Amino acid sequence: MALEILEPGLATTVQDLGRPGHYALGIPIGGALDRRAAVVANALVGNEPGAAVLECTYLGPRFAVTVPALLAVTGAEVQTRVNDEPQDSWTAIALAPGDVVSFGLLTAGARYYLAFSGGIDVPVVLGSRSTYALGRLGGFEHRALRAGDVVPLGTAVGGEGAGGPEPGVRAGAGATVPPQLRPRQAAEIELHVVLGLYDHRLSEQGRETLLSTDWRLTTLADRTGMRYAGATLEWTQRVQPFGAGSDQSNIVDAGYPVGSIQVPGGTEPIVLHRDAVSGGGYAMVGTVVSADLDLLAQAMPGSIARFRAVELAEALRLRAAYAAGTRAIVDAIARR
Amino acid sequence: MSGAQPTREYRCSWGGDEFLFIEIDEEMSLEANFRAAALTRGIVEAQLPGLTDICPSNASLLLRFDPELIAPEELLARVRALAAGSAELGSSTLPSRVIEVPVWYDDPFTGEVGARFRANHQTPQQSDLDYAAAENGFAGREEFIRAHSSSPWIVTMVGFVAGLPFMYQMVPRERQLQVPKYLSPRTDTPALTIGHGGCFTAIYSVRGAGGYQMFGVAAAPIYEPERTLPDYADSIVLFRPGDIVFFAPVDGARYEQIRAEVDAGSWRYRIVPHELDLAAALADPDAYTSILREVLHGA
Repeated sequence: MALEILEPGLATTVQDLGRPGHYALGIPIGGALDRRAAVVANALVGNEPGAAVLECTYLGPRFAVTVPALLAVTGAEVQTRVNDEPQDSWTAIALAPGDVVSFGLLTAGARYYLAFSGGIDVPVVLGSRSTYALGRLGGFEHRALRAGDVVPLGTAVGGEGAGGPEPGVRAGAGATVPPQLRPRQAAEIELHVVLGLYDHRLSEQGRETLLSTDWRLTTLADRTGMRYAGATLEWTQRVQPFGAGSDQSNIVDAGYPVGSIQVPGGTEPIVLHRDAVSGGGYAMVGTVVSADLDLLAQAMPGSIARFRAVELAEALRLRAAYAAGTRAIVDAIARR
Repeated sequence: MSGAQPTREYRCSWGGDEFLFIEIDEEMSLEANFRAAALTRGIVEAQLPGLTDICPSNASLLLRFDPELIAPEELLARVRALAAGSAELGSSTLPSRVIEVPVWYDDPFTGEVGARFRANHQTPQQSDLDYAAAENGFAGREEFIRAHSSSPWIVTMVGFVAGLPFMYQMVPRERQLQVPKYLSPRTDTPALTIGHGGCFTAIYSVRGAGGYQMFGVAAAPIYEPERTLPDYADSIVLFRPGDIVFFAPVDGARYEQIRAEVDAGSWRYRIVPHELDLAAALADPDAYTSILREVLHGA
């Protein structure tokens, strides 16, 4: 009941939908950075949405399976091969014992997701199977996979799964997402941002720069956050409050929302992602809406992002549209 | 330091569609932290629906909510009402614990890492301790260590990474120890390093990058996901906001003894529950320190 890892890939980790409830202790909410990709992959193989999947960043693994299983690959665009035979993404593939699965180079996006019928069966820690390596929590031995690892799979679920969108009804070998509904990965993205938190620390010019710059993703882009370059933001000058630190971008250390944008020194804004550090001493000037975190998860270093200011009401509308969009994709899964 | 200020409105701001940020004060003070703690307690006790995470920090709070379970405007109204009710500290108390943390100040581990990163430091020719002593007008590192370990610290925030406590010393502002962070962060910090940046002391719960000045190393774990030590039966994290910490200087021999107890699984921190009287602690921190010391040592 397992995967035998022949090559681990660059940063392949076990993830589910995360570990809320412990952020006050500094334990990140975590979970698949591209949640929709993880949820749809699970639906394709008949799992409930929160089953654990493998998140592959940039370069994926090569592995053999020891049992029959369904596999679905979603997220970034990549060529999947089973025993060197090309396979479709966003489609459930039947694997037989001994099959070897490998991947080509990414053609768009940054992260792809592998769901297996039954899910990745690692221990649940604080309510989640997600990997938090820094805190030695969850995942497969709390770390990214290595060659030689034997990763256990769970027992495939039947027709009923807790909270699942009728798993097993349409799932099965050949189940597929219609091509027009598959999320496409772009080299330029627009991220909706609710300005706030400490945006009053920016000058009028600084705020204008934040919203008008084409920000380019640096190579400092991981599960904790994405660092962009492109301009320097101007702050309003003030005598720093006691305890805040001497730089104009410093605040008395405070909690950081997931998606919040901090700008250390006024250069290179960092957007925190699902493995966010939970707090610190840099002024945050806004927060990327939850509906756009999947989009950000697929950003490649070198790609461009623009920040577009929205009010909370619009963020909530985007949130509802995101949930409906995921549902529509899952509902459209059909056997070929 | 008076607790008798009129009720004021805390600044509230949305962190996207899942977070609400409440700033008690722009600047750090014991009072601001107590107000944050009091509001946190009020929010916890109100059992608002849809709140997944309630994160108090130094002088602010961060709430994570599910907007499908509580409308943001309703959450904001409830929080504002609770804030108005909790802003007057009056005779309120907070459940707390007094914890003794043995520290090997001026230890070889942080000494070695500090020596590797001198290029990142303000005064490469000086150690972190000597620099901190000079910055705060002390004659030398021994005097600085005495100031750091003689008055207790209150845990004002847990976070950044898992289980890392930020602590603020319970002394008047004019006696606060203040040291700038490294000019550029180190890529390495030993686990359990006692670090200091601005007016905050932190204990690095895990090894990793860091920018705080390094003064010593705690002898026993403060974060234990493996849960082998009895102190971690209920939580993998030792500290909670509101805990009061006395640093107890130990030498290398005692440090090794404690490490042996940790390895044997028998180490226990000295932890004494205490109901923290906010007004009394604000009115005369030094007098309150004497009370806390008696609490810790069972007067």
